[in-house]
Amino acid sequence: MEKLKYQKLVNDTTPKPKKMKHSLIAFISGGLLGAICEILKLILVNVYDMKITDASSIIIFILVIVACFMTAFFDFDKWVIKFKAGLIVPITGFAHSIQSSALDYKKDGLITGLGANFFKLAGSVILYGIVSAFIFCLIKVVFYG
Amino acid sequence: MASFIYKDLYINNFYSIAGKNENNGILKNVNKYINDFYYGEKTIEDSEIKMQKEVLNNLINTKTDLIVGGDLMNQITATSSSNVNNNISFLGVYNACATFVESMIIISNFINGKSIKEGISITSSHNLASEKQFRFPIEYGAQKPSYTTFTTTGSVGCVLSKNKSNIKIKGSTIGSIVDMGIKDANNMGAVMAPAAVKTLKEHLDYTKTSVNDYDIILTGDLGSYGTKLFKILLKEDYNINIKNHIDAGSIIYKKEQEKYSGGSGPVCLPLILFNNILQNKKYKKILAIATGSLHSPMLVNQKHSIPSIAHLISLEVTNDNNI
Repeated sequence: MEKLKYQKLVNDTTPKPKKMKHSLIAFISGGLLGAICEILKLILVNVYDMKITDASSIIIFILVIVACFMTAFFDFDKWVIKFKAGLIVPITGFAHSIQSSALDYKKDGLITGLGANFFKLAGSVILYGIVSAFIFCLIKVVFYG
Repeated sequence: MASFIYKDLYINNFYSIAGKNENNGILKNVNKYINDFYYGEKTIEDSEIKMQKEVLNNLINTKTDLIVGGDLMNQITATSSSNVNNNISFLGVYNACATFVESMIIISNFINGKSIKEGISITSSHNLASEKQFRFPIEYGAQKPSYTTFTTTGSVGCVLSKNKSNIKIKGSTIGSIVDMGIKDANNMGAVMAPAAVKTLKEHLDYTKTSVNDYDIILTGDLGSYGTKLFKILLKEDYNINIKNHIDAGSIIYKKEQEKYSGGSGPVCLPLILFNNILQNKKYKKILAIATGSLHSPMLVNQKHSIPSIAHLISLEVTNDNNI
């Protein structure tokens, strides 16, 4: 069979991912996680008299700690497969990616293993996060003062 | 094309170790199962080396002249490390999931050419070690498409010589590298199916046989989607209708284990061959085609298409007493 014909055959026979179903699961699971965080925030603001900005920071802090803890001691990877991007898009995914790289490379030494591979997956998030933040700040300063 | 026919060449002994997931599958009479991925070692790499060492310890004897083998780890270090200081000549080979049959063919030709008398072929793979090597960190749990395969954990070795036994090696064909321009490293079935078809056709032409002359044609790890393509290609290119085909990767796990489209890895084919097909008295004439997807994560990231290879070995069980 010719190359192009074969590639077309492969394209036609390979099952397509169920994007609609996955997005719906992610929408619901991510929404639930967001709702839990919102309730926590309201508790912090109303019961402990915190400022809203402080409460948000503390929530992020809690999410990171919980995600790292779950990755290290429980099956967070299996939950991610089940609940899709709903668990990855919040800061939990970022913490989880760092924690999983760290677990993989901890035996390869502190410098050559853990240190070098710590941001293996999260590195692009940090880099492009900083770059896009810089560009948007530039636009804001130039056009809106 | 290099095909060979051997007159008196036999598999004298084999030993296999399989992992926890494989234990829950369809394998029978595996010599040993390991219940956790670490096998009492500190790292997953060490556990793969330990598995291979154990297989070798059970197979090496005073007559062993040569060991040929390979695995999926970087620079085939698991096989090299497991052969340290055993004072036996060693050749390391790599053809991804076709490594085991490749090493069997090398030893067969050495024995057939009377260069050596007895050789051991060995391979191993470890699910977590190859996840770390080829894909994402283990605990990351990346989303995978349903057509991807799950690397089998285990180690298998076998002893080949001219001493008579009931498993005879009749012939072999060394495959050539085929690249059909598939770039998706998750879709290894589609990458490897054309190579399997090509090698099978070359062997049938060389031996002047047809697929119906064999009781079973066993492919390595095409997975359920690759199997579909394998059959379509055979039908369209050579007008061969294949009914006696089994794919080791597709059957190694049960459906409820949810391992995507099946198992893969160099141990997938030998585990099924030795612990399922050869234990079944129904199968006398066996063609085993090991397929390998020769990609590296680096070249896949650079958008190269993935080359693949398939090696074939033809076996015949001569009497009813299986070893």
